[in-house]
Amino acid sequence: MIELSGLTKIYNQGKANRVEALRGVDLAIADGRVTVLRGPSGSGKTTLLTLVGCLARPTTGRIRIDGEIVSGLPERFLTEVRRRTFGFVFQRFNLVRGLSALDNVMLPAFPLGVAHARLKEKAFALLDHFGVAERAALPVESLSGGEAQRVAIARALINDPTVVIADEPTASLDGERVAQFLAIAEDLKRSGKTVLITSHDPRITHAEIVDTLVTMADGRIVEEAA
Amino acid sequence: MHPALERRRHLLDFAVRSLARRPTKNLGLVVVYALVVFLLASVMLFGSAIRREAGTLLAEGPEITAQAMVMGRHDLARTADVEALRGLRGVRRVEPRLWGYLWDTAGAANYTLMVPLASDAAHRVAKGKAIVGEGVARARKLAVGKMLFLVSPSGKFLKTTVAAILPASTALVSSDLVLVEESDFRAFFELPAEVWTDVALSVTNPAEVKTVAEKAALRLPGFRFVTRSDMARTAEALFSWREGFALALLAGGLLAFVILAFDKASGLSAEEKREIGILKAIGWETSDVIALKLWEGGLVSGFAFLVGVVAAWGHVFFFSAGLLEPVLKGWATLYPRLALEPSIDALELATLGVLTVVPYIAAILVPVWRTASTDPDAVMR
Repeated sequence: MIELSGLTKIYNQGKANRVEALRGVDLAIADGRVTVLRGPSGSGKTTLLTLVGCLARPTTGRIRIDGEIVSGLPERFLTEVRRRTFGFVFQRFNLVRGLSALDNVMLPAFPLGVAHARLKEKAFALLDHFGVAERAALPVESLSGGEAQRVAIARALINDPTVVIADEPTASLDGERVAQFLAIAEDLKRSGKTVLITSHDPRITHAEIVDTLVTMADGRIVEEAA
Repeated sequence: MHPALERRRHLLDFAVRSLARRPTKNLGLVVVYALVVFLLASVMLFGSAIRREAGTLLAEGPEITAQAMVMGRHDLARTADVEALRGLRGVRRVEPRLWGYLWDTAGAANYTLMVPLASDAAHRVAKGKAIVGEGVARARKLAVGKMLFLVSPSGKFLKTTVAAILPASTALVSSDLVLVEESDFRAFFELPAEVWTDVALSVTNPAEVKTVAEKAALRLPGFRFVTRSDMARTAEALFSWREGFALALLAGGLLAFVILAFDKASGLSAEEKREIGILKAIGWETSDVIALKLWEGGLVSGFAFLVGVVAAWGHVFFFSAGLLEPVLKGWATLYPRLALEPSIDALELATLGVLTVVPYIAAILVPVWRTASTDPDAVMR
């Protein structure tokens, strides 16, 4: 269970370009369910996602994961939480250019010291599961949008996280690819993972697999529907 | 394999692939880096090798050299002075020497004409013969059996046949040498029989060189007594000065390299920053990122250092430091072509490492640490 209480986030505090991205958010994200954050651009959904995923710290407020307050943890411990708990699928995938799809999938596990052969086998199995095994050796810049996304999902899962976070995962995908993504999300949910998605794509927000739909506007949660 | 070792292996693998992703940029850096190391290493290796060489050669010279002085300038010694030194306690051998300089217009070089010491059986020269240094042979295109004509400033001729050429291994002190027989020398320079250029003294107990020199100075107050250690100090100072001069010239290049390294490292590109953000976001710790960048920096600097040092070693010991020869050996026409004894000094290598590798690594660490310790979201934005 991820619990957010009184979460605010202010960028460029004390400067002329100060932005109040979150203005006091309270939210509980249940385990093993698919939660979608929706809202217009600038509503704060991506900021909320980065705070939940420990990619940034809130200005005020608390984040609890399974009862443990993580928002005040020092960087080292926060990295450990991030590594153990979350797998990220970024909007623009954020794959490392110049490396192969396989290397990109293996990358999050490098600091863990997993045996190379075992890691390679696991990464390849993930790529195979998502139907891009034949693209494993290719540099990621040569992949299509859909392929890159599936590689990004495989990367997010390499360390067996309990929560998968996806930021606008269907922003650049056609209908067939969106359906494929939803199938993957359903698969993740079935395997017991918590899935947290930001999207303003109705194909996602109205999908059957969504358990909770959170609507945001102007840095606040305006509606939460189960 | 232990997870810690496996982790290092992964980081090293990734560092190699990261460098390979930007081949032009990193290759350019390695070339400039290796060039700086090559120049600095050449100067350092050459300087120390030539000092070592000079020390070895000086070890074979006289323990004390006695020179008559008039008004602070070197004058000729008399046979009576030589005899006065012979009776000195602690002196094993006293040998008067004859040597002088000659500007040779044909060779456009300055030669040192010398009569071999009586005790030097290996270089004994017969009348009408000469033994020449490697530089003289080169300047005058001489070979054994060829004629060597010399003309004194007063117009006297000396006609000799080359009996031998001195080995290149002694070139540091013998390059410009012409050894001739005593009567030929005196006739050429029109020197009376009772005068000598200076006197070489050998002592019974090498530990008492200084004491013997002091006693000799009391006996012949008009003489200067130069010990072998004085000569070694002078050689050390001369070559150290030249090495320092060359290093000062190279300091500009080194500074430019440090600026380049700092600029390269501190000016992390947007792409590099974004990558660090991605690595942090997918679970890498700050220390993992720093370790990765240290591997990258270590590979670049280590490879450039190795290439630079090996090239400098070859340049100094197999090509006689051709690029730096005029600066380090002097500007004389007959600067020696000696082959230096190949050697490696761990302290020198460590010094070179401190001068070149440490600033580069330090220049990498600070900006990487700054970026890696920022929230991944802020770095990726």
